[in-house]
Amino acid sequence: MKFSKFKLDWLILPLIGFVVAIAMWHIVSQTVSKELPSPGKTWAESKEYILKPFEKRGEMDQGILRFTWYSLILVAKGYTLALLIGTPIGFMLGLSKMFTKAFDPIIQILRPVSPLAWLPLGLVLFLGAGKQASDLGALFTISICAMWPTVLNTAVGVRAIPQDYLNIAKVLKLSRAKTLFKVLIPATLPYMFTGFRLSLGIAWLVIVAAEMLTGRPGVGGFLWQEYNALNYSHIILCILTIGIVGFILDRLMSVVQHRFKTA
Amino acid sequence: MAYLELENVAKGFGANGARAEVLRDINFSVKKGEFVAIVGFSGAGKTTLISLISGLLKPDAGTLTLNDLEITQPGPDRGIVFQNYSLLPWLSAFENIFLAVEQCFPNWSAVKKIAHTEKFIAMVNLTSARNKRPHELSGGMRQRVSVARALAMDPQILLLDEPLSALDALTRATLQDEISRIWQENQKTVVMITNDPDEGIYLADRIIPLSAGPGSTLGPSITVDLPRPRDRKALNHEPRFKEIRRQIIEFLLNSKGQRHMAISKKLILPDIEPEDLNLPRHVRNRRARVRRSEIRRETVEVDS
Repeated sequence: MKFSKFKLDWLILPLIGFVVAIAMWHIVSQTVSKELPSPGKTWAESKEYILKPFEKRGEMDQGILRFTWYSLILVAKGYTLALLIGTPIGFMLGLSKMFTKAFDPIIQILRPVSPLAWLPLGLVLFLGAGKQASDLGALFTISICAMWPTVLNTAVGVRAIPQDYLNIAKVLKLSRAKTLFKVLIPATLPYMFTGFRLSLGIAWLVIVAAEMLTGRPGVGGFLWQEYNALNYSHIILCILTIGIVGFILDRLMSVVQHRFKTA
Repeated sequence: MAYLELENVAKGFGANGARAEVLRDINFSVKKGEFVAIVGFSGAGKTTLISLISGLLKPDAGTLTLNDLEITQPGPDRGIVFQNYSLLPWLSAFENIFLAVEQCFPNWSAVKKIAHTEKFIAMVNLTSARNKRPHELSGGMRQRVSVARALAMDPQILLLDEPLSALDALTRATLQDEISRIWQENQKTVVMITNDPDEGIYLADRIIPLSAGPGSTLGPSITVDLPRPRDRKALNHEPRFKEIRRQIIEFLLNSKGQRHMAISKKLILPDIEPEDLNLPRHVRNRRARVRRSEIRRETVEVDS
């Protein structure tokens, strides 16, 4: 009884969800929009990319995992940069009222700017870099867009440190560096990781937009190219890949986040 | 010879408008090696008093001196045990204490620091739980870690801020015995804040009641001239114990009975003029002379 309930929750119900979604997709492709490739057609045309996921036939004709790999590498770089810049800014915002008053308004203004708006600026910024320009521009865009959740969550975390912990630091006369590493950072870690997780989600969103605009090889670039080449089933392949990879990244971060839960 | 001395100390909170005085005219001194308990109602400002001695708060008036040096900031020479343990949750019991040891004796060798930490863990009977994090420990065990941490700093004075009030009655009794034993072994100067007169009498050499707030002040200090070691069971039948207890409770209750609360508030009395709706509209809408709202300060005395 218990086991079957477990199976129902974990396996059967989600399967029903997928079946319903695929059925709807099929119906829409047969009735409303004849241009939309049906699930069967999508599979038939994407098979080669899925079954030979690492094959390289040309610059813009590669296995889907190979494309994903390119995208992930760029995301990893941009994301690391975002964390390296964002975390200290968050700490300063949380610790200093003066810093908050000075920089919070500008952060609030830059935060809602779309990656699509940042990318051209990124390309302009690295115009001198020649061939590297599109990569650096994409990197810039990922970092600046993915940074904000880390900045804000870290700041909230620092402000939420219980007075007790700070009292201990005061009574023990911990030096500034020791207070930071022994008290402030451990106390803020759970908040920081929430920020890191949100940031990773955004970084993955941004990569697709950045690749579409710059046309560099990757899932997003492939998607845009196949749209222009009228291979619509590959668009769906890319969407599913992006979704699945994003989901896996989020799960991974959630595991890491729980690992670093203090208190 | 006064070791810790407080002279005319006062402390209040809040801005000028709605300032509430918590403590006033606090005068008391503690001799070296003495165990003093301060008993008062919750909300009387007991924690404020201990924060002043620890240096976490600065007094509005008066001076505090420890060993002839004025207390201006917190420091490890005053070991404090907080009511809510205040252990760092990401460090084990050992690491919490070791952090304090490391900070107080930076010149010691690593071996000596570890040995010192182990010694105090053993003193509070926690050797078996040394590697556990605070959330894996019971309330009583956490408070023992906190006591061990305070003692391991080898402070000139030990401040206990309602150390046992968050514990159940049985654990409380055990820890009282333990504090009593540790005090007799170390002969530290101790100031303990508590809301339990029995606890104060059982542990302390001298007990001082703190009147009910706001504007609390200390009552006459009562010497607990009961021989040590004190037996909890026998104590209940001791006439002297009953007498001290009666005095303290009487003082506390009287202070509460006489309590007047003075509430001082800034009031804005808006200048509102009734409008006569029978007048024709053009007459009504004519701009009237601008008048000011009146600002008054009212003080109300309340019994509570």
